[in-house]
Amino acid sequence: MRYLMSGNEAIARGAYEAGVTVGTGYPGTPSTEILENLAKYKPKVYCEWSPNEKVAFEVAAGAALAGARAIVTMKHVGLNVAADPLMTLSYIGVEGGFVACVADDPGMHSSQNEQDSRNYARFAKIPLFEPADSQEAKDFLKMAIQVSEQFKSPAILRSTTRVSHSRSLVVQEERTAEGKVGFVKNPPRFVPIPVWGRPMRQRVEERLLRQKKLSESSPANRIEWRNRALGIITSSIAYHYAREVWPEASFLKLGFSYPFPDALIYEFASGVDSILVVEELDDFIEQHVRALGIKCQGRNVVPGIMELSVDLLQAARAKLEGRAAPLEKPVAFLDQIPPRPPVLCPGCPHRGVFYALGKHDVVVTGDIGCYSLGAFKPLDRMDTILCMGAGISMAHGMQIAGESRKVVGVVGDSTLFHSGITGLLDITYNKGTSTIIVLDNRTTAMTGHQDHPGTGRTLMGEATVAISIEDIGRACGFKRVISADPYRLKNAMQVISEELAADEPSLIVFSAPCPLRERRRVGQVRAIQTDVCKGCELCLGIGCPAIEGGGEKPKINEILCAGCGLCEQVCPTGAIVAGGEA
Amino acid sequence: MTENETQSTVLVGVGGQGILLASEILAQAAMQAGYDVKTNEVHGMAQRGGSVMAQIRYGPKVHSPLVPKNSAQILAALEQVEALRFANYLAPGGLAAVSAQAITPVTVSFGAARYPENVEEMLKVVFPRLVYFDAAQKAKEIGDIRAANIVLLGVVSCGLDLPLDAWQRAIALCVPEKFIDLNLKAFDVGRNFV
Repeated sequence: MRYLMSGNEAIARGAYEAGVTVGTGYPGTPSTEILENLAKYKPKVYCEWSPNEKVAFEVAAGAALAGARAIVTMKHVGLNVAADPLMTLSYIGVEGGFVACVADDPGMHSSQNEQDSRNYARFAKIPLFEPADSQEAKDFLKMAIQVSEQFKSPAILRSTTRVSHSRSLVVQEERTAEGKVGFVKNPPRFVPIPVWGRPMRQRVEERLLRQKKLSESSPANRIEWRNRALGIITSSIAYHYAREVWPEASFLKLGFSYPFPDALIYEFASGVDSILVVEELDDFIEQHVRALGIKCQGRNVVPGIMELSVDLLQAARAKLEGRAAPLEKPVAFLDQIPPRPPVLCPGCPHRGVFYALGKHDVVVTGDIGCYSLGAFKPLDRMDTILCMGAGISMAHGMQIAGESRKVVGVVGDSTLFHSGITGLLDITYNKGTSTIIVLDNRTTAMTGHQDHPGTGRTLMGEATVAISIEDIGRACGFKRVISADPYRLKNAMQVISEELAADEPSLIVFSAPCPLRERRRVGQVRAIQTDVCKGCELCLGIGCPAIEGGGEKPKINEILCAGCGLCEQVCPTGAIVAGGEA
Repeated sequence: MTENETQSTVLVGVGGQGILLASEILAQAAMQAGYDVKTNEVHGMAQRGGSVMAQIRYGPKVHSPLVPKNSAQILAALEQVEALRFANYLAPGGLAAVSAQAITPVTVSFGAARYPENVEEMLKVVFPRLVYFDAAQKAKEIGDIRAANIVLLGVVSCGLDLPLDAWQRAIALCVPEKFIDLNLKAFDVGRNFV
């Protein structure tokens, strides 16, 4: 029986079949559904959302040192957060199989950068697996656990948006035995103080050589001989695009791609007339092929920026063969098709706060989450984004640099727990005066409503302590900590004005649950009384998708309206009322 | 059908219209008919009220889950300008099934863009094989406007070579039990419309 599964579901299934008993992670598109699906195998698998990727990585590492098989999941930028434990776990190694499942986002569909996480495998000197579809996602996860356990080394399974979020057919198997838990004390093995760390450093290099032997014979790396004129070396989803564009060519498909299977690469190179490397993002494979002294083409014809596609590879093939690229049919009427970017949902509690901030001449350092959408017009009230937690720390940085305007840091609830708390400490400790606004919608919304330390629920579905953001603020030394309702616009504006005027740091927590998660309206559906409306269009300034403009007077789409009443509060003529047309 | 004859369908609309369920049913139907299947959809940032696209490919052996430009046998849209936005996915001679729904983007509301008034004429220019109808109205007539996606799927089914019972089994597998009858009815309305 075959099942249609997304790559992320298949990774979770692979973990289940591999006897994994601990799964940790922090949500991040396109990786989120791995852990959500693994949690369905409770109680055989314990799963948790940790506050951030570093913690998640360390929790899974602890489990693996105790002998359990464990995976940790994150998006590419999450591995930056977890890079510290990654680099040294490579030294001390693991007992139970340990796989970091990392999902890259070529094309930046839902990310602030486009980094290629394969570099981390080489950086940390650990095995790398790259599935190209769901069946491989499951098989390679199991293989990665096995290789990890065999060499007592952590491993990386690297997915991409198109691998994680494409569905294809998967054959399921039974679950294998679990690892034996019982930590065995061995300081020279587990304590990397220099005297013991230096031998570990040696062992890492010896291990890599042995792992290379294994990758050279692994079924995850295979040669497909067809016509010998052109040989293509490729990995991940790029393999499938390339197969459609070069159906006649021979292929070396890498799945266990680091340490590189040199013997296999040499064998392939000697069997074909010319070589083309087809890979997404960095020239990770190509650089190595060149270093082996093998002539190849790659980045000169295949783009390394944004994701690949069959279309792009058709153009690459034309270039390779000295033909003109196939003409792309222009989209007719393109200039008449209105853009439809993602927007804050109707009823979003963040909208009013951005609207209120728009009344002040301040700099707003923002952060990562749904509220990043506050940077778009018409709200247009976020001036910077760097990474998780930076909205807080950068506000302080601008202020101490001497920025003449007041600087406001904006951060979400899950993001604050993730990496905002140290930034709060920094502001009070170093005598900053920034105003920090927490947009607390009681969930990790952008990635699909995952729980976090403030929600009072765990990924296992159990009730737990709900951490108070206000208490954290006070514990971090904030004297001014204000809780406010983001739906009461006048009050929100007043609170913001007061705190901006303060000559000391302040923390404003605007709390209201995400209506999309609650699956219910905030209040009664609003309507615009056309006879009262003067057509001033101030209500369109809040950027609500339920208010349709473009006509003589705006009107409210009753199906989309979430009843938050923000438009009613900005309407100067009282034309907007609850409960439909009056 | 050979490996080169992968059947590709592109479904487009606006977040929340039920594009993903329609995609799941189509994929399931192809699987029921014994084909290799791949689909792709967009999550996260790209989903918040923005344009949504799902791609479904089936055949004896499917490689890319993404549909190459100018190669889809069918482009189906639950929102009319979205059909225009993604028109370049449709193969020459392919079928465009477009529901007459118009959803105003925020860019239009705050005056940065205009929603075209003559969408039907534009669709007729762009798509020589066009089925243009109001799927939401048809769904409303059978009792639930939210079944517009399945009405559209019924139209889509006319352009694909999957047997009717594969579609029916797929619907039964993908929707909650109490909605199966409604959705089968919605599917019939679409299938018999063409």
